[in-house]
Amino acid sequence: MPSLRTAQEFFASRYGVSSADLEHYLAAALSRGGDYADLYFEHQATSSISLEEGLVKSATQGISLGVGVRVLSGERTGYAYTDDLSRDRILRAAHVAAHIASGPAQTRIAGLRASDLGGRSLYPAPQAPTDAEMAAKLALVRRAERAARAWDARVFQARVGYADELRQVLVVGSDGRCASDRQPMARLSVLCLARENGATEKGSAGGGGRVELEFFDQEITPEHLGVQAAREAVQLLGARPCPAGEMQVVLGPGWPGILLHEAIGHGLEADFNRKGTSAFTGLLGRRVASEKCTVVDNGTLPGRRGSLNMDDEGTPTQCTTLIERGILKGYLQDHLSSHLTRAHATGNGRRESYAHMPMPRMTNTYMLAGEDDPADIIRSVERGLYAVNFGGGQVDITNGKFVFSASECYLIENGEVTAPVKGATLIGNGPEVLTHVSMVGNDLRLDQGIGTCGKEGQSVPVGVGIPSLKVDRLTVGGTQ
Amino acid sequence: MSRLLELAQAVVADAGRRGASAAECVVRAGRELSVQVRMGATESIKQAEGNALGIRVFRGRRAGVTYSSDLSPDAAARMLDAALAIAEAASEDPFAGLPEPELLGRAHPDLELYSPAAAAVTPDQALDWALRAERAALDCDPRLSNSDGASVEAGETTKALANSHGFAGEVRRSSCSLSVVPIAVENGSRQRDYWYTLGREPDLLEAPEAVGRIAAQRTLRRLGARKMPTARVPVVFDPQAARSLLGHVLEAVSGEAVYREASFLAGQLGTVVAAPSFTLVDDGLRPGGFGSSPFDAEGVPTRTTAVISHGRLDSYLLNTYAARKLSLTTTGNAARPLAGAPSVSCGNLTLLPGSASPQQILGGISQGLYVTELIGFGVNAVTGDYSRGACGLWIENGALAFPVEEITIAGNLRDMLKNIAAVGNDLPNRGAVNAPTVLIEGMTVAGS
Repeated sequence: MPSLRTAQEFFASRYGVSSADLEHYLAAALSRGGDYADLYFEHQATSSISLEEGLVKSATQGISLGVGVRVLSGERTGYAYTDDLSRDRILRAAHVAAHIASGPAQTRIAGLRASDLGGRSLYPAPQAPTDAEMAAKLALVRRAERAARAWDARVFQARVGYADELRQVLVVGSDGRCASDRQPMARLSVLCLARENGATEKGSAGGGGRVELEFFDQEITPEHLGVQAAREAVQLLGARPCPAGEMQVVLGPGWPGILLHEAIGHGLEADFNRKGTSAFTGLLGRRVASEKCTVVDNGTLPGRRGSLNMDDEGTPTQCTTLIERGILKGYLQDHLSSHLTRAHATGNGRRESYAHMPMPRMTNTYMLAGEDDPADIIRSVERGLYAVNFGGGQVDITNGKFVFSASECYLIENGEVTAPVKGATLIGNGPEVLTHVSMVGNDLRLDQGIGTCGKEGQSVPVGVGIPSLKVDRLTVGGTQ
Repeated sequence: MSRLLELAQAVVADAGRRGASAAECVVRAGRELSVQVRMGATESIKQAEGNALGIRVFRGRRAGVTYSSDLSPDAAARMLDAALAIAEAASEDPFAGLPEPELLGRAHPDLELYSPAAAAVTPDQALDWALRAERAALDCDPRLSNSDGASVEAGETTKALANSHGFAGEVRRSSCSLSVVPIAVENGSRQRDYWYTLGREPDLLEAPEAVGRIAAQRTLRRLGARKMPTARVPVVFDPQAARSLLGHVLEAVSGEAVYREASFLAGQLGTVVAAPSFTLVDDGLRPGGFGSSPFDAEGVPTRTTAVISHGRLDSYLLNTYAARKLSLTTTGNAARPLAGAPSVSCGNLTLLPGSASPQQILGGISQGLYVTELIGFGVNAVTGDYSRGACGLWIENGALAFPVEEITIAGNLRDMLKNIAAVGNDLPNRGAVNAPTVLIEGMTVAGS
């Protein structure tokens, strides 16, 4: 059964890439010297379906294939890629990447040996979602649409998208590493529009992960997503304008963890800190959050969208503590930054594809559960905002200012959740915001599997999570 | 005829033999060079060539789309079969199909989109420009003591498109760009900003030193930024920030959003949606323009479209499908993401300049916000609701007084467009989307 083969066997049998070839390419990459070279082979198969007005208007399939060659020499990186896996073209790419160095050939290339990923298997091997029949995927899409439309007569439109991919990767390095992985991904998303008295509102929901298709029957069903999107749209029809200014904000559990991703996570990526360009530069060992806050980045959660058996440099992923009881503990490292700062690689070297250089990126970033009852958290707020769902966020790494936009939120008045308000942007300062966290719920939840993170033009899938959180002071960008 | 166009035509012909009633094939090939320097040293050099093939087939009114990075005849045949299989499973959609044959372009004007000089840029030249730009920036002031570097990119792409109505077209484009990101440090706080230049060939780039100096000034003026109390004040968008407003309007006038009723401008053709000073034009034919192309992703000739004239919504931007859904005619604005069906994008989208200088606009404001950067995604094209993070400078008594940050600006695009009180005379020409300075009255600034 083809899907059981390792990615290394896949590239060997289909494209004739032998171990001797790989060592030959690495030698070419280091033919002008350099500290390290690696090759990243990638074969990505994708499929998607979109349903709109009850019609399958568009369905797609695609293949992308290529190899990226990287040479590191001090702080310098040479990079070249080709989408043609013939020997000539890979050798040419290796020689182009080699130009970053300018010395005698580096001949100490360790013999390739299979990397030990500890028998790690965080996602299903037997059947990837891309192998499933289109009819089965279509059935999911239709179920989500029916559920959304049935939720409320005011829902006049439901668009449903399904997308999956299977990525087979092989990483070989001049230190002898030879690691391969098969990385599936699937995602189902729903967008609804609802209308009343001439006003239109939208709601959206999505979920998935590195899962088989059965996930959508057992974990997050199409009906759940359809209703979630429909409910959000209908809820917003009655929403009031959002207040503006500083106030107490309670974040619901799960996807609002995007706060951590923007406020903390990016600022702790090692490349920014090595260069002194992050607002968190020099804060290691210092207090950056209240004692109730412990934040980790964990790439080893089974089936999660942000999880990986190994990162895109062949390093096994791990759980890295970023903040422990309020104290800044660690950075997210890739090969280059860890080498230059003599730190351990943390398995966070990721890239969008073979056409991109790896850099430190998050996996699944979340805060550990605290001890507060979520109901008590709400009760403790006299006047504030309860934000339960969000769109995207963004951060300026250097001054630490971050924003994230609420798509579903409510007023809290005298300890009770009252009227829904229109989405607003929340803005704060990364190294400061978590110092204002006064209560942490016991209800840690991770998001449903919808996050995509962009950095320097590269997109990678990530996960986030928080328990219910009370932030004593956050600026809310409303109109009232 | 080029190898790419031959391949595209061969795939289309093959599609007919394999049972497609109509077909379209796009083939792209490109090469790129990018270099990054930081603190006076080379950080990275990247060079590559890449290819892609996209296929869209129809079985009657059912469509299938596939793509591949492999241009070999075998791979093309496999992707063609896959597309036909997908079309088999897709729904019958009466609006689906290629553009009507009479709408397709035949003669393709040379829009001066290609110069061989861009692809001839060497890594050493690129490094030299980047290093000069960064040095010029950091030399401006001792507080510019760090840098996120400078980068230069140069490359070219060729796109060939053929369809079963007999359309065959090819367009070759080149581009190069230079950007620099200095970092200023003072009293333990850091600020960054950037500046850039781009052109179809290296001779059209601004001098690296000039780019570096502007980046330095933009960064230095952010030092010492503070938060402001929440207030309702006039907001002035500098040309960079004003470009983002055009992006939101583009999303709302895109035929896809309009036929889905997912736009706050749906159903408003012919009505007043903005202030009289607001005239928005899309031009796909401007010589050398970054949004220019002789034909769109479906082979329809591009054109000049008056989108909003003196505040009145005159036209949406349409591809074939959206046009049919709205009983209109395509405006030649189809785009094709490789992995999907055609979408809508702009050519060169311009907010026409007014008569007031930026100084005159600021001069009439006693208290207000001058926005230089916006972050976040708090814009809802369905409702027009708008709330974004902002930084910039506070306006006091008609002049820029001090930097501000960690604030948001909020309103609704319906009101914001109508409350445009002035459009500046300082229209830049930088990339495909351009706007001059814009003044909007009555937005809420949220802060402390």
